[in-house]
Amino acid sequence: MIAFVRLLARNRLALAGGIVLSLVILLVLLTPILPLADPDVTDTANRFKPPFSQGALLGTDHLGRDLLSRLLWGTQLSLAVGFAAAIIAATVGAAIGIVAGFYGGRTDNIIMRGVDMLMAFPYILLALAIVAALGPGLFNALIAVAAVNVPFFARNIRGVTVGIAHKEFVDAARLAGMSNTRIILTEVLPNVIPVIIIAMSTTIGWMILETAGLSFLGLGSQPPQADLGSMLGEARSALISNPHTSIVPGVMILIIVMSINLLGDGVRDALDPRLKSGALSRPMAATLVRRAGTPPPPAGRGLLEVRELQTQFHVKDRVYRAVGGVSLHVEKGECLGIIGESGSGKSVTALSVMGLVASPPGVITGGAVRYDGTDLIGAPYRQLRDMRGRNVAYIFQDPLATLHPLYRVGDQLVEAIRSHRPIGKEEGRAKAIELLAAVRIPNPEKRISDYPHEMSGGMRQRVGIAMALANDPDIIIADEPTTALDVTVQAQILALLDDLRRSRGLAIVFITHDFGVVAQLCDRVAVMYAGRIVEEGHTREILETPRHPYTTRLMACVPELGEGKRRLEAIAGLPPVVDKLPAGCAFAERCLKVQEVCRQGDIPLEGTGGRAVRCLFPEAPISEAAE
Amino acid sequence: MTAALSFENLSKTFPVGRTLLGASRASVKAVHPITLTVEKNETLGIVGESGCGKSTLARMLVGLLEPTTGAIQIEGAALDTADPAEFGKRIQYVFQDPISSLNPRKTIRQIMDAPLKLLHGMGKEERDKRISEIFESVNLREEFLERYPHEFSGGQAQRIGIARALAANARILILDEPVSALDVSVQAQVLNLLADLKAAFDLTYLFISHDLAVVEAVSDRIAVLYFGSVVELGPAEKVFANPQHPYTKLLAESAPVVGRPLTAPEAKGTELPNPLDPPPGCAFAARCLHATDRCRAEVPKLTEGAQGTSVACFHPLGGAE
Repeated sequence: MIAFVRLLARNRLALAGGIVLSLVILLVLLTPILPLADPDVTDTANRFKPPFSQGALLGTDHLGRDLLSRLLWGTQLSLAVGFAAAIIAATVGAAIGIVAGFYGGRTDNIIMRGVDMLMAFPYILLALAIVAALGPGLFNALIAVAAVNVPFFARNIRGVTVGIAHKEFVDAARLAGMSNTRIILTEVLPNVIPVIIIAMSTTIGWMILETAGLSFLGLGSQPPQADLGSMLGEARSALISNPHTSIVPGVMILIIVMSINLLGDGVRDALDPRLKSGALSRPMAATLVRRAGTPPPPAGRGLLEVRELQTQFHVKDRVYRAVGGVSLHVEKGECLGIIGESGSGKSVTALSVMGLVASPPGVITGGAVRYDGTDLIGAPYRQLRDMRGRNVAYIFQDPLATLHPLYRVGDQLVEAIRSHRPIGKEEGRAKAIELLAAVRIPNPEKRISDYPHEMSGGMRQRVGIAMALANDPDIIIADEPTTALDVTVQAQILALLDDLRRSRGLAIVFITHDFGVVAQLCDRVAVMYAGRIVEEGHTREILETPRHPYTTRLMACVPELGEGKRRLEAIAGLPPVVDKLPAGCAFAERCLKVQEVCRQGDIPLEGTGGRAVRCLFPEAPISEAAE
Repeated sequence: MTAALSFENLSKTFPVGRTLLGASRASVKAVHPITLTVEKNETLGIVGESGCGKSTLARMLVGLLEPTTGAIQIEGAALDTADPAEFGKRIQYVFQDPISSLNPRKTIRQIMDAPLKLLHGMGKEERDKRISEIFESVNLREEFLERYPHEFSGGQAQRIGIARALAANARILILDEPVSALDVSVQAQVLNLLADLKAAFDLTYLFISHDLAVVEAVSDRIAVLYFGSVVELGPAEKVFANPQHPYTKLLAESAPVVGRPLTAPEAKGTELPNPLDPPPGCAFAARCLHATDRCRAEVPKLTEGAQGTSVACFHPLGGAE
């Protein structure tokens, strides 16, 4: 709650709206005890007194009634009616929406078609019809305004409920013996309430306007009772001769609706989880670089050389050291595997190469990434953009999320090419077919006009690979490209990547958590833990004689096909959170061989001949491993 | 000995493309009639690729989906209602995604209370005592009870999911990909916990996964599902070591194994058959090297073969061990 208010207060406009609205509400709450003239007493002798006259601060209206008094009482009434209408509309609409969304099927169909029919009428016509049927009067106007707004809430809430009703926790509640009513009340409703509040906060202002509109037409509050709409309506005839009678209620409506809408937008922004996570704050085009000191000199190894790379996430006052000094390199035609669990920094390392880590909150704070000798960290955006896809291309885990759902795959391939060089329509099509054929998609002439959803997961990932190949890059960084795929498809994709690398001399950086995949595809492997490489070397050596206790234990806890039913060697505990890394070895907490010295001071990554380990007590001496 | 769980000819057909009046234009057979028996204290592994109907099958077994045909028997008694609460006391479900299976707006204690209160009608004190017992058995600290789901890591959340399933006091658990959302080091912790719980509480498991190695490591018997049908069923140590069905063989050869060179077991870019227009014969025929005309015309039945495995194939691979 406090966090919510703080988030709200950060939005200046919402804060201003909130303050103004609070003042207005305070004023109308104090109205009964303020020394005001009776709002309904007419005094035609003193009609149309201008503002700031004796005894009438805002002047008087056409019947000589005190405008200040009428304004405050009228505002009170208008606000009350607006809020009441909003609450009624939200309650009824949410109830309809939840029932329709939860039960689905025919119930949903019948209810929602009814709601659609209501929505088909222009709202003011509908409100007029309701008031005409019920007779004029403020209470009937309230009912009309509420009824007109019910469909808006019903549709909104239904959409949200459909999503929640299919969540696993609802199934779990059913299995825990809950009835439908109880599920609606205790499982669905608490998750819908934020949406109801958001919808309400953005519509109250609108409802106050609608009520004022009905009163303006004489269908709402009846004389002599004042509300903002009726005040405007009565002042209409004197609009030219005595404008203050219209301006006073008009300005109040403006103030109320403005402040409610500003506050409402703030509430929505503060409550919406997508906005809270910063999904709508657009990341910068390239990762922010704040590099202290001079970048480390090149060691002259590999086509792509990463030296002591440090990437951090700055979230509020916390610093997450996602990548804490990683050095690696990959040669032409070579496949380097990066293996680690989630949170080990393997993906962030890969994304840092082309400055693709989202900023904010990502910041590259140190190290160098050299492509063919030139440092890319801090390179101008134009240069990075020119190299993305053409020199270094990426393949991501979920091809459904990386392909645009509304464009044909062929067009997306052509677009990938066109962002680096102009290409004609015919040539582009031919190239797209050639690319699809290169990734063994059967029948490429026909498949280029498919939409992503028309393809299976394996086919989509092939398109993802084709897109990465589109500009003949030298390096492909593949971030868990087969994790979302079935095993039979995974085998095909791996074989394809291996083929491409051999036939085109591609360098591949392959990120995975699967030792089986690494063993089959990669020449060298780097094992990452808590943002750092703990062991690296040739794949066969690492798999046969792992030297870091983490590598050993990680390999042991993965079941392998063909060993039958057995107990697995689990690693107790969890990896450390990277904003609170311990001094010394990050794995010390979970290590069986831990000594006192492991927890003191930095442990270097040491070794010879491409084989290195970051451990004071490695499993086997280097010489033994080398044999 | 009565079987813990048995079902006969269980199938599910989903209508697709409803017209305005509710009549459906076509239907998809997600699960073809399946007959299986799970013995008491056994772990039956069910393995298959995405879209093979394994989750649909699981949801039918706990009453979350009504089967189109077939009957379910739990511990010898027929369960023909579709009321999940009836099922809840006897068979429980552990979900794949540990976080999304916990209501984000409830504390762990509220989540744990529900089955105890609603299925067993326990009072407050009795519930607290039972929750303490269960939490101890899944290695969770009691201070977690007052927290909300988003405060937990995947592994912890999955323990809570398992604890909730245990709270219902069912002796059969359907584990639907219980570890596939977890990191490998945590995956092993949860698998070992499941093995301990099974021994401690006399449980029977139906373990569903797409990960062959995991299924093999935990199961007594394995059923291989393809396109909604069981194509092979046998003892865990034999199914992948000596596959009889060509599909099982393809699966086993596709799994990446340290020390085996990379070869695509299937060179062609084959796709699964279209569920709206299923082939008349064996669903695997189009991908199978041994397919004959008979395979394309007639659906093979699951029949007992050599060495205790059953296989649904006209030309089982056989082969020595």
